[in-house]
Amino acid sequence: MALLEVENLRVEFPTRRGSLLALDDVSFQIEEGEVLGVVGESGAGKSLTGAAIIGLLEPPGRVTAGEIKLEDRRIDNLSYEEMRKIRGEKIGAIFQDPLTSLNPLYTIGRQLIETIRVHMDLTQEEAKGRAIDLLGEVGIPAAERRIDSYPHEFSGGMRQRVVIALALCANPRLIIADEPTTALDVSIQAQIIALIKKLCREHKTAVMLITHDMGVIAETADRVAVMYAGRIAEVGPVRRVVKQPKHPYTVGLMGAIPMVGHDVERLTQIDGAMPRLTEIPRGCSFNPRCPKVFARCREERPELMHAGRNAEAACWQFDKEGRRG
Amino acid sequence: MAERSMSKLSSEPLLEVTDLAKHFDVSKPWLARKIEGAQKQILKAVDGLEFKINQGQTFSLVGESGCGKSTVAKLVVGLHKPSRGVIKFEGRNVADAHSRADSAALRRRWQMIFQDPYASLNPRWRVRDIIAEPIRVFGLVKSRDEQIDKVGALLTQVGLSPVDGEKYPHEFSGGQRQRISIARALSSNPEFLVCDEPTSALDVSVQAQILNLMKDLQKEFGLTYLFISHNLAVVYHLSDKIGVMYLGRLCEVAAAKDLFTRPQHPYTRLLLETIPDLEMTGRERVPVAGEVPNPINPPPGCAFHPRCPFANDRCRSEAPTPTERSGHIVACHAAEEGRLPDATFQAPKQPVAS
Repeated sequence: MALLEVENLRVEFPTRRGSLLALDDVSFQIEEGEVLGVVGESGAGKSLTGAAIIGLLEPPGRVTAGEIKLEDRRIDNLSYEEMRKIRGEKIGAIFQDPLTSLNPLYTIGRQLIETIRVHMDLTQEEAKGRAIDLLGEVGIPAAERRIDSYPHEFSGGMRQRVVIALALCANPRLIIADEPTTALDVSIQAQIIALIKKLCREHKTAVMLITHDMGVIAETADRVAVMYAGRIAEVGPVRRVVKQPKHPYTVGLMGAIPMVGHDVERLTQIDGAMPRLTEIPRGCSFNPRCPKVFARCREERPELMHAGRNAEAACWQFDKEGRRG
Repeated sequence: MAERSMSKLSSEPLLEVTDLAKHFDVSKPWLARKIEGAQKQILKAVDGLEFKINQGQTFSLVGESGCGKSTVAKLVVGLHKPSRGVIKFEGRNVADAHSRADSAALRRRWQMIFQDPYASLNPRWRVRDIIAEPIRVFGLVKSRDEQIDKVGALLTQVGLSPVDGEKYPHEFSGGQRQRISIARALSSNPEFLVCDEPTSALDVSVQAQILNLMKDLQKEFGLTYLFISHNLAVVYHLSDKIGVMYLGRLCEVAAAKDLFTRPQHPYTRLLLETIPDLEMTGRERVPVAGEVPNPINPPPGCAFHPRCPFANDRCRSEAPTPTERSGHIVACHAAEEGRLPDATFQAPKQPVAS
């Protein structure tokens, strides 16, 4: 049994001119201790998927179909109070900007101790001890002293470490990390990635790593889901997706990344841009930009299907029985 | 636009910068300083930079945030006045262009592309007016019809259509806006473009479109680029020569391929170590401890010494001067004394077998 199962998730934003379909039929699982990378360009729906799982969708957005199950228990229909207990205790979250995740008016110690005591039955002193341990574990030097500092006294990388410590407070089973390294410099990014990997190994925590950076995914994730226009285009083990992408979008995306030591005159170019939610084309949403498009792609929408060993892609070219154009 | 053809491709430097420095006074107001008995605080954003850019080539500056790379861009186009040093354009000191006509003639020949395409276009202007502004300011066309034709041609050149000129910036996506910025920069027929992180705000597929466009334009018009970026892979893809900056100084300048295969300066090696491994070799990145120190109060001696595994007493007290060693210009005592182990960086190869 998978730790997290998302089945046919659908998120809509009702507007005056009708409902916008932001996530359509998204299904995936995360196993115990696994790092699932979710990659895509802005507007693909990756952050929305994360927000839907922890029940933090911005209204008027709401889940209109599908199920989210954590440890075989549905969590998408829980009350606000019940969900509050799950957040933090079962699912931790790390966001892009560490400054907005921390309260600037409280010392980081106070924020850590408060979070620990909400979820665990500990005295103030015990909670403080745990907070210091956690800070040490995420690599904050002289944690006993730094615990009384305010967020503004830390650098960006150190703040992100504090946010990771906060997410780990109650030993959650799953951490949703939404662009955890995007705001950081490259050398700090490497430190944070190494830290996340180490903590997952030690605590056997599963991670849903949402990012636009294929490099971060390649280094960190076990499996990767590539999203495009609110749907999953391809899922597979990270090595396979990076080396042998199947879906034409993934192929284009990998070719578009400039790489050191890779001498090309021009990068692969996917012309056009991702469609807006109001103008998602009929059939496969990638069809106007796809180099391999054929008649069926313009008519019918493909589901994720078997596309070779270890590969699932939502693309009609892998439909063996079906007609091709 | 025939006047800026490929014919002038030569090896003479188009831009030459010597001992360039920019210091900002970040002290508290005078009275507060007197009351607290505090000293003046000077932020040395750029301190003693030297580089040359040859005609038709791309020179890139890389470094982490706060290293002063954007300040260099602003100094070069004249948005900041240098505290010290000389900027020469075609062998002529830019500071000598005193008269309005003189400096306008120079300024027409270089343009800048900014990072944020949402902030760099006036939201109340139509795109055609945005692109036509440099044409009008420098008086490059005689009639209104000619101006309309030229704007249409520029829009086509950057991959948009002439009718897009009627629209406002908000009607475009980030990538399209960056195309508009490029069209505006090209409208005064410049020879030299300063690009400050032009693709950092864009998605990878859009970034590829813009980088391809920049390469195409360079070939077509023989443009010279000063390219500022924190992304090493982008820099590798685009540059002929690369300068690595750390806390306002250049650590290493070398030809692009060479810098990546035989990095000399320990900081360059650190940066190369942080490139994510898309080759899936299973190489574990060795994260380097420490962060960039506060530039108001940089460490004495070599600014990199607190993070450097090869630092000794000399590094802690004496700032290194850039010296040339086997084609690289390196500012490092350890490299000079031959204390550095040889490092050949294994460049990953093409990962996609499509």
